[in-house]
Amino acid sequence: MAIYLDHAATTPISEIALAEFNKQLQQIGNPSSLHNFGREQRRALEEAREKIANFINCAPGEVIFTGSGTEADNLAIKGLFWKEQKNGKKVVVISSFEHKAVLEPAEWLVEKEGAELIQIPITSEGIVNLDFLKDLVSKRGHEIALISVMHSNNEIGALQPIDEVLKIAGNIPVHCDAVQSLVKVPVSFKGLTALTLSAHKVGGPVGVGALILKRGFDIPALLHGGGQEREIRSGTLNAPAICAFAAALTTYPTDAVSALRDQLITGIKNSIPNALINTPKNALPGIVNVSFPGTKGETLLLLMDMEGIACSTGSACSAGVHRPSHVLIALGRTEDEAIGTLRLSLGAQSTEADIKRVLEVLPGVVEKARLAK
Amino acid sequence: MKLIAAMSGGVDSAVAASRAVEAGHQVVGVHLALASNPQKYRSGARGCCTIEDSHDARRAADVIGIPFYIWDMAEEFHAGVVENFLSEYSAGRTPNPCLRCNEKIKFAAVLDRAKAMGFDGVVTGHYANMRALDGERTLHRAIDMSKDQSYVLAVLTREQLQGAYFPLGDTEKVDIRKEAEAKGLAVANKPDSHDICFVPSGDNAGWLRERLGSEEGPIVDQDGNIIGQHKGAYTYTIGQRKGLGLTVPATDGNPRFVLKIEPKSNTVVVGPREDLAVTRIVGEKPVWCGPNPGSDWQTGYVQVRAHGAALDCKYREIEDGIEIELEKPLLGLATGQAAVIYDGDRVVGSSTICETE
Repeated sequence: MAIYLDHAATTPISEIALAEFNKQLQQIGNPSSLHNFGREQRRALEEAREKIANFINCAPGEVIFTGSGTEADNLAIKGLFWKEQKNGKKVVVISSFEHKAVLEPAEWLVEKEGAELIQIPITSEGIVNLDFLKDLVSKRGHEIALISVMHSNNEIGALQPIDEVLKIAGNIPVHCDAVQSLVKVPVSFKGLTALTLSAHKVGGPVGVGALILKRGFDIPALLHGGGQEREIRSGTLNAPAICAFAAALTTYPTDAVSALRDQLITGIKNSIPNALINTPKNALPGIVNVSFPGTKGETLLLLMDMEGIACSTGSACSAGVHRPSHVLIALGRTEDEAIGTLRLSLGAQSTEADIKRVLEVLPGVVEKARLAK
Repeated sequence: MKLIAAMSGGVDSAVAASRAVEAGHQVVGVHLALASNPQKYRSGARGCCTIEDSHDARRAADVIGIPFYIWDMAEEFHAGVVENFLSEYSAGRTPNPCLRCNEKIKFAAVLDRAKAMGFDGVVTGHYANMRALDGERTLHRAIDMSKDQSYVLAVLTREQLQGAYFPLGDTEKVDIRKEAEAKGLAVANKPDSHDICFVPSGDNAGWLRERLGSEEGPIVDQDGNIIGQHKGAYTYTIGQRKGLGLTVPATDGNPRFVLKIEPKSNTVVVGPREDLAVTRIVGEKPVWCGPNPGSDWQTGYVQVRAHGAALDCKYREIEDGIEIELEKPLLGLATGQAAVIYDGDRVVGSSTICETE
């Protein structure tokens, strides 16, 4: 039996979300149409919007649906920058282990729009260095267009002190990418200017995300057209995916998943010499990031895959070429340690039998991978 | 057997992998990422391991129905092949990087990793044949002589060859394309790759100049008279006639050819065609995958270029090397190339040419 331990990449669509998706796919009508069919689609869509808003403590009007988490991140980073640039602010501050969907638009702004990018270093506990941020804001706060810090890191699962960041930021707009955190830990829009969500990480369908953007805080659009979402995002609203996204927002078996994660971490520590657990204490329930010095991640992954266990090397790249993770380097791992890393991410469907099987296979896999280096 | 199929994204390696599956082996496809900053697209016959190539390899693996992974060998490739290429050129020799890649990457780094992971060997789309002889697997030329790649494989040791599988050696290239077509492989009509994969522009001289500098120096005749200037001695090849830009015409009015490159004095020596003639070759670092000849003269054939002819010769082992006497003189032979010895169609051994007379 194949074992799926890559839930942080994408997790299976939940039964309830799939049922909602199928139901809505069979409905006629564009939610922006004025006739009865359109109104019915719009009603379902607005109910979904309200449910999502309620789930994260924001107003329904603050939810802007997008085609993905990446699109929402791009809208936020570029949009907040352009808005504040008019007030003479050009400094973009992000944590040094943001997802590429935040890092790349920020670097693009440097290259094309004259932004200055400052990355907040990471402490050895895997969180943003708040003293650095405090110092930066006190010295250059008037130049900062936005601060973006992810809710939890996608590679190691470390939860970030968003409340502290908000306190330090004061009036500076703060964006938070909560793609990995949603459903698994409480996520609240309170105090934020912008927040990114994605459906397929929580049991919804692929192809829909949302940018939560403070009421009245309007930013330039990236896609121009019908202006369906607050004139900030155009494109026919994807009602089936949006309704399924809302349906997927249910309770998550946090305790059960955490217990399995702890079992996995203890098992690895006990059975594999020199294993370095990169996931800190204060982390998402389902992520185990571990380095095995003297191995290559791609070799570990291949051997695990051949045993029927699906996991990830940490961060996939479009060409499939694995470089040492910038997250692990930020944590202070050497390149050699970082290159031999696996991310095992558990989901609501993971079982004790899965963990047992992984612990049977992994020591042999690591041994072979060390020979193959 | 459990085999790793090295899949470049071209038609040959795709058909090789599929043949290995048909032969009943358990095959895993691997695309080697050799460039640290891969280009997006392949331009014609040039470049390698672009993102497009890795996509083609992946789709071929899908059609064949085997797992597929990408192995990052960029560091090993740079150290073992690119740096060797540069140092050989700066020493005035003409290296063959494909041969180094087989020696250091495909049948070393990849084969070693495959074995450590529990595989029995590596399958590639090279045109060559492996045969069983007295319990040993021996290396032979491909049926399709226009595609034969035994020359660039001759550098492999006996041990390396034991883990090497070449399923295409018994077939003509045109039939491999037909087979790919019939199997539904989209790469059936993809152009062959030529040139040096890590010089995507195809401008070898320009690429070398960028990395080794373009220090001007004299082009001299055999008497030492300066008759021109060059921009980097290593961008010239023994036997080269075109692009010398000589300012003083030859007294006899005949064309002149590059005879010698002297990196220490940064000098290129030119002379008449007949002075290119070589009859004796000394090679270093010999590798014998066939019977070791010993110090007595043996007769056989030698090939000195990737698609060169097999020349009648005598050869014997000397200290740390090999000595070859050609039956008929050969015009223009660069040091740094491999001299590969054949017994009929069987590869006996290989050696790097270090001296010619």
